[in-house]
Amino acid sequence: MTDLLAARSQMALSLGFHILFAVAGIAMPLLMVVAEWRALRSGDPVDLALAKRWARGTAILFAVGAVSGTVLSFELGLLWPGFMGFAGAIIGMPFSLEGFAFFTEAIFLGIYLYGWRRVPPRMHLAAGVVVAVSGAASAVFVVIANAWMNTPVGFRMVDGKVVDVDPLAAMASPAALPQVLHMILAAYAAIGAMVAGIHALGLLRQPAAARPLHRRALGLALWVGGLAAVAQPLSGDLLAQAVARNQPEKLAALEGQFHTQTAAPLRIGGLPDMASRTTRYALEIPYGLSLLAFHDPHARVQGLLDFPVADWPAVPVIHVCFQVMVACGLLMVGVALLALLLHYRHYRHYRRVRRRPTGSAPADATPLEWPRWFLWLVVLASPAGFLAIETGWAVTELGRQPWIIYGVLRTAEAVTPMPELWAPLLTFTLLYLFLAVMVIILLRRQVEDSATGEIKSVLAETSHG
Amino acid sequence: MADALAAIALLALVCYGLTGGADYGGGVWDLLARGPRAEAHRRLVSDAIGPIWEANHVWLILVIVILFTAFPTGFAVIATALHIPLTLMLVGIVLRGSAFTFRSYDLGHGGLGHRFGTPFAIASLLTPILLGVNLGALGSGGIVVKGSRVVSGFVKPWLRLFPFAVGILALCLFAYLAAVYLAVEAAQRPAEPALSEDFRRRGLLAAAVAAVVAALVFALAKVAAPALYAHLLTLWPLHGLTLGLSVLAAVALWRRRYRLARLGAAGQVALILIGWGLSQYPYLVLPSIELHAAAAPPATLRLLLIVLALGGPILLPSFVYLFRVFKAR
Repeated sequence: MTDLLAARSQMALSLGFHILFAVAGIAMPLLMVVAEWRALRSGDPVDLALAKRWARGTAILFAVGAVSGTVLSFELGLLWPGFMGFAGAIIGMPFSLEGFAFFTEAIFLGIYLYGWRRVPPRMHLAAGVVVAVSGAASAVFVVIANAWMNTPVGFRMVDGKVVDVDPLAAMASPAALPQVLHMILAAYAAIGAMVAGIHALGLLRQPAAARPLHRRALGLALWVGGLAAVAQPLSGDLLAQAVARNQPEKLAALEGQFHTQTAAPLRIGGLPDMASRTTRYALEIPYGLSLLAFHDPHARVQGLLDFPVADWPAVPVIHVCFQVMVACGLLMVGVALLALLLHYRHYRHYRRVRRRPTGSAPADATPLEWPRWFLWLVVLASPAGFLAIETGWAVTELGRQPWIIYGVLRTAEAVTPMPELWAPLLTFTLLYLFLAVMVIILLRRQVEDSATGEIKSVLAETSHG
Repeated sequence: MADALAAIALLALVCYGLTGGADYGGGVWDLLARGPRAEAHRRLVSDAIGPIWEANHVWLILVIVILFTAFPTGFAVIATALHIPLTLMLVGIVLRGSAFTFRSYDLGHGGLGHRFGTPFAIASLLTPILLGVNLGALGSGGIVVKGSRVVSGFVKPWLRLFPFAVGILALCLFAYLAAVYLAVEAAQRPAEPALSEDFRRRGLLAAAVAAVVAALVFALAKVAAPALYAHLLTLWPLHGLTLGLSVLAAVALWRRRYRLARLGAAGQVALILIGWGLSQYPYLVLPSIELHAAAAPPATLRLLLIVLALGGPILLPSFVYLFRVFKAR
């Protein structure tokens, strides 16, 4: 293994690990705040129990996210000193802003997690809102920095030197808005899907007394995750257009487009064959790619062969990852629409019951009983969001290669001169493997802990005072 | 502007030492907990750092982002020359934080949680040493740069006596801070009067050890880091103040005036860090990288100062509020 490959692998490992916890830090606070807000309004112990339960899970995920994020901030310099030396002045700004957002998030999460009895209820909820907002803000700033690596602006190169640095212009790079939207929605959709899956399993497996909590949780997670999943294709379309305009070889790689073509078809599935320069076994939809990338069925799409082979990214991996991401996204859209349909049918049925003079049942007498097949579907679809995020980042990052700053600085020029980089790679691989196993074990214990106890303890607390 | 940003970075580092540093010190006392009240000690440590350690930890991230935004080439050199000790420190940071959380959240489940006590405590012991090694290496003249390339190798700049002596000093100071803070918090628990006595004794012991180590580091600097030593000598009024505060803290601790002791100890550690920072000035890495030479273009520095000036008024009150909710005044 070359040192460059080791450095890239370590970066990929660190990002791929951190992103799972980072999205939890973005989306879990929203869920827990919604639950607590409902609890404050209705006084329903189920909502409060749910908020507390979600908060405990968030605590574990956030801690691992905080330390793995620290690793990343150092690794930018440890692995890519050439990049930081070059780009720090241009793109350090969003990282500094992220520092502030993360600081705010950590402060108020401390208050939220440990302050249930120490601050008044409204203040507690407000702390949760600050956590949710600053969590999303952190993501915005970090993704802005990444977007700049794809579409670098805000400086000029004169004789190999950087001049006219404008950090604000660098933050407003063309890829920034679409990438930010895509990532934030992905975070809500992925966490929504995962949380919904966990509570669907609870409904299927745990005793009847635990059901009110799981039913409430499933409903909230489906709403938050489902709305994000349904909106995601729109941001994906924006991003695809930005890639088509700014990084044509990346678009060609992710679509498996070797030859430049007008009225290019959209390839679904398939495997790019590097030897014959074709993408085989794909289902081709005529005009599809031109239409999606440029909103014009006859638009000309540049193929990879227009570019020197030395500048090609890893085409087959990127194409497959992109297909997996889209498939996962569509699966989540499907689940969300199905949930909406079931919800609507239940609502209509419920109104009909109410119109009958004898059947004037109170609102919560007929909660929506999700059919078992739907619950199993939600369970099976629960990892789809995480898979989509991992493959999506693989597309973004591998698709930018061989550049670390697109068109400006090659990854090989930025890597540290440090030899034997397999050693830190091995260290972090083992460390993260260990942490992943531990987090899964601990969260499983939290989840398997029957929810009935939680409701009881909340009831006991509220009746005491 | 470069000076102002360097000063802010140093202040952030001081904040990290006073808060995050003491969290590591708490872990050290967890490791050293012995005797009939060992479990009570561990609980006190755990309660003390639980709500705040993540926020405290972000001071370090703030130092790093200021460093790489305002002094990008300097950061690149540091990250190259100190790759190994920085990586080891990161491993320590990851293990400490996650082990602490795993332990806190799985105590009631009959098993897994308590096994994380040891990794938490050992990581708390090693991470401050590595932090000190990295800081010590910056001042010892071991990092040699030609053009923008590090020519002194990846081991020689830090694998020497002086950086490790600084590491031990950092560990002692953090343990000392933690003992004093814990004595204040233990005094809030009238049900367990012996607890504050325990930490008073530990604090006095740590103060004595830290004083000896500090004197040794100072003496060692004369041979191992002559440039730093020469600067240090010119700052003698500051050292006098540091000495005064350390005596004040020790006496207050002796007489069980814990809050006064906390003030003195925090002031002492802050002044030691500031003294170190001033002795480094105007260099980021002695003697190869000067702050101004490594600084980003003015547009970046100006914007970063604006961001810090706008962010500070949001951040600091929040941070104070966090401590007011969870800490005794």
